[in-house]
Parts: sequence; C-alpha cells; structure tokens
Amino acid sequence: MNNPQLNDKGELIHLLTLEGLPAEVIGRILDTAVPFVSVAERDVKKVPLLRGKTVFNLFFENSTRTRTTFEIAAKRLSADVINLNIGVSSTSKGETLLDTIDNLVAMNADMFVVRHGQSGAPHLIARHLSAAGQTGIHVINAGDGRHAHPTQGLLDLFTIRHYKHEFSRLTVAIVGDLLHSRVARSLIHGLTTLGTPEVRAIGPQTLLPAAIESLGVHVFHDMADGLRGADVIVMLRLQSERMKGALLPSAGEFFKHYGLTQDKLALAKPDAIVMHPGPMNRGVEIDSAVADGKHSVILPQVTFGIAVRMAVMSMLASS
Amino acid sequence: MNRRNALPDAEAALAALAERMQGAIAIDAGLVGIYSGGAWLAQRLAEMLPGNHPLGYIDVSFYRDDYSKKGLHANVATTQLPFEVGGSRIVLIDDVLYTGRSVRAAINELFDYGRPDSIELAVLIDRGGRELPFEPTYVGARVSVAKNLSIVLNRQLDGRLELTVEAAGGA
Repeated sequence: MNNPQLNDKGELIHLLTLEGLPAEVIGRILDTAVPFVSVAERDVKKVPLLRGKTVFNLFFENSTRTRTTFEIAAKRLSADVINLNIGVSSTSKGETLLDTIDNLVAMNADMFVVRHGQSGAPHLIARHLSAAGQTGIHVINAGDGRHAHPTQGLLDLFTIRHYKHEFSRLTVAIVGDLLHSRVARSLIHGLTTLGTPEVRAIGPQTLLPAAIESLGVHVFHDMADGLRGADVIVMLRLQSERMKGALLPSAGEFFKHYGLTQDKLALAKPDAIVMHPGPMNRGVEIDSAVADGKHSVILPQVTFGIAVRMAVMSMLASS
Repeated sequence: MNRRNALPDAEAALAALAERMQGAIAIDAGLVGIYSGGAWLAQRLAEMLPGNHPLGYIDVSFYRDDYSKKGLHANVATTQLPFEVGGSRIVLIDDVLYTGRSVRAAINELFDYGRPDSIELAVLIDRGGRELPFEPTYVGARVSVAKNLSIVLNRQLDGRLELTVEAAGGA
C-alpha cells in the first residue's frame, strides 16, 4: 500500500502515524534525535537548519504542553513559528479546515503541526496538499482524536532506548486508560515495529479498546499480574474529560486498582523505569512518591521530546 | 580505478602536520576535530604534540549550507566541546580541505558555544578548489586530484590512517 508519509525514495515527507512506518525510518528518527539533545545544553540553544522556514502550529484542540514543545523545537531549529488556536479563530466563523490550510499556504507556510479532535484530520491535510501539488509543505500530526500521537510515541521510544539500549528483550507494561489514548496506540505500533517481545496492556475492561489484542498486546486486568517482571511501565493519564458515560465508578476506586504505588512498582524489575506522557494526575493514576522517585523518567521524557521533534522537523524539511 | 599511488601516505602527512604545529600552536590550545576524519586526527595530534591540549569534536551537519539540497546524513554525531570555548585558543582540524564549506560551518558552530580568542586551521590534505576565502594555518600535504574525485581518510583496525580516492558523492 502506498504510504502517504514517505516519498518514492523512502524519505519521510509527513509524520502522521507510527502505524506502517518501517523500522529503519523509526530508527533513523531516533538516531537523528541523539545529537539534538545536546543543543539544549549549549550557550546558544539554536542551530540554523530551518532558518527562513515558517512553521504553523495549528491547534484545533487545546494542549499547552505539546504546542509549547513543538514551538521550542521549531525555534531551536531557527524556524519562524506561528501559533494558531483555531478553536477560537476562523473555523468558529464557519471556515472549513481545508480553506484555513489554503490561506496559510498562500502565506507561504513550510510546515503544519496539527492537533485535531477528529481522527484523520492531519491525513486529510496531507492528502489535500499532495493533490494541490504542494510537495514542499510537510504535516506533523500532533495528536488526532483517538488515532495517533506519533511524536509522543517516538519520544517514548527514545526514552526507552536511552535507558534500556535495545528493545529485543524488553517487557513494557502500559497501564490505565488505553481506550482514549492515542499515545498508547502510537507507542504500541512503535514497540512492535522495533521488535519488543512483550507489550502488556493493563486496565479495566471498560478502558481497554475491544480489539487491542490484535495489535500484539497481552491484556491484564489485574495490575499486579501485569507489572510482574516489567522493564518499562508507562502510566497513562485518566482522561476524564473524554469520558462520556459511566466507564469508571470513581477516581479513588481507579487509583486503588490501577494507580502506581511503590508497593506495586516493587513487582516490576528492580531497574524498571516509570514513564508518563503528562499531564499527570497525582493520586489518580500515579502516586507522588513514584512520580518523584528514582525510577521515574517523566521529566527526561519532556527534554527528549524536544530533541525528537527537532529531529522529525529537520528530516521533513530536508526531504 | 586505483589512484592510491597518487596520494601521500597518511601517516607521513600526519607526521609532517604535527611537526609544523609543534611550537607554533599555543601550549593550551584546544584541538577540535571535525567528524569523522578530523576527530581521529585530533586524537592522534593530542598524543603527538607537547602540552596539555583539551580535545573536542564537531559534527557540522546542523550547520551545512547544502542541508536543504542534501538533507541530514544518516549518522549525525554529537558535537562535544568539553571545555570553555569563550576565551580559548582553538585549532580546528579536518582531514581534507577543499571548498571550505565545512570549515565555515564549523566556525559558525564554535561561535554558538562562545567567542574563542583565536581559531587556527590544521588540515592533513589541502587539495585546493576553495569556494570560500579560507586558508589553512598548518598543512600536512598538498595534492591535486580531479574534480569528480573525493579524497577519503580511513582508519584501519590497528588505528593507522590511510587515504583513498573515491568517485565524488559516493562517500
């Protein structure tokens, strides 16, 4: 099948999802991100790769953190960054998504970073640009509906590789609200593509997608069973704002069964790392003692996230 | 095509380069090699030259002027400058000086770490063909090869350096 993310030379032209992205492309992004980590440690935290390029952050759905990390990444590449909070802008005056895009193309945009509540919106934009012959304009999916959040998946992979060096012997446990989590979906695709032998999904039936086992994941409803022997624990945020209907009795009840405490963490390997895509709900999915403890790599994830986004943007801009 | 005979021996050129640098460079000058050939040379020169020379390495990939045409290399290395660049005296080291574009990129990158007191340029091979106004301070050997060929420095398993000629664009 033709992959709209790659050109005929196999170079990345859009980043829409990790699903179907070849292992060598994922590996190349992770490798490219390594030298970008050190850019943040210098006097001048900037390299000139995207000088003169204009990056539009199109956030149809709020996310201060993701928008900020993309903005920092683009600015450290010397791009000009324009942030548009579309939720409170033209679309509320009736403009369609693609008309908004056409207007920004007319302003000579080079890259769109798109967050949208509807799954597939970044795909739609990428296809629209190809149809219009705009092959020099690139789209990065910054989270679409329940579908994908590929840069978060990549930064999770980068973090795991940084601490565990390789994937071929790892047990990774993903815990909590997988149903609403595009982060989990992207991470699972990435982990399986890179050959992770054991990926576990831990959560109540109501918060696990129906067909999740078809992704190659082992399902556990009992957290203790699922955490046993894990090298990596990925806690997901309980997305209460996305929950329609009674999927859960209460946040307190959820913490009792699926919150990560030090006692539960002790079931994993002694050198296990604890990750969380943020924002964290302390006392809901993760105990403060764990979030701030020595196994936690939650803040390094944030730092690595900027380097990974710099790598993606610079690879796209040079394709 | 074996043009190896047209090239000087890399070890002999290195010895000549070290001889020219000895006594001429500052006793505390930082030796900064441009990846990958210049990095090997910087390590060797640090062993050969008297004084206490801090070592550094630069990957110029993020500063290249042909990035939008050629993209990023598959294996970008991490620039490491583990000493204070501001106020330091630096000898920038590269294997082959040709157009001068890598040197331009490396100097730009150095200034993003600080303002050195001085920068000198030491190269194993000067093959002419400059497109920018850079001249090396120290040269191991001067050679001329056809425009469609690249001179490539290789490091053998035992650490010995060797020069070869390849079709340009293949490296």
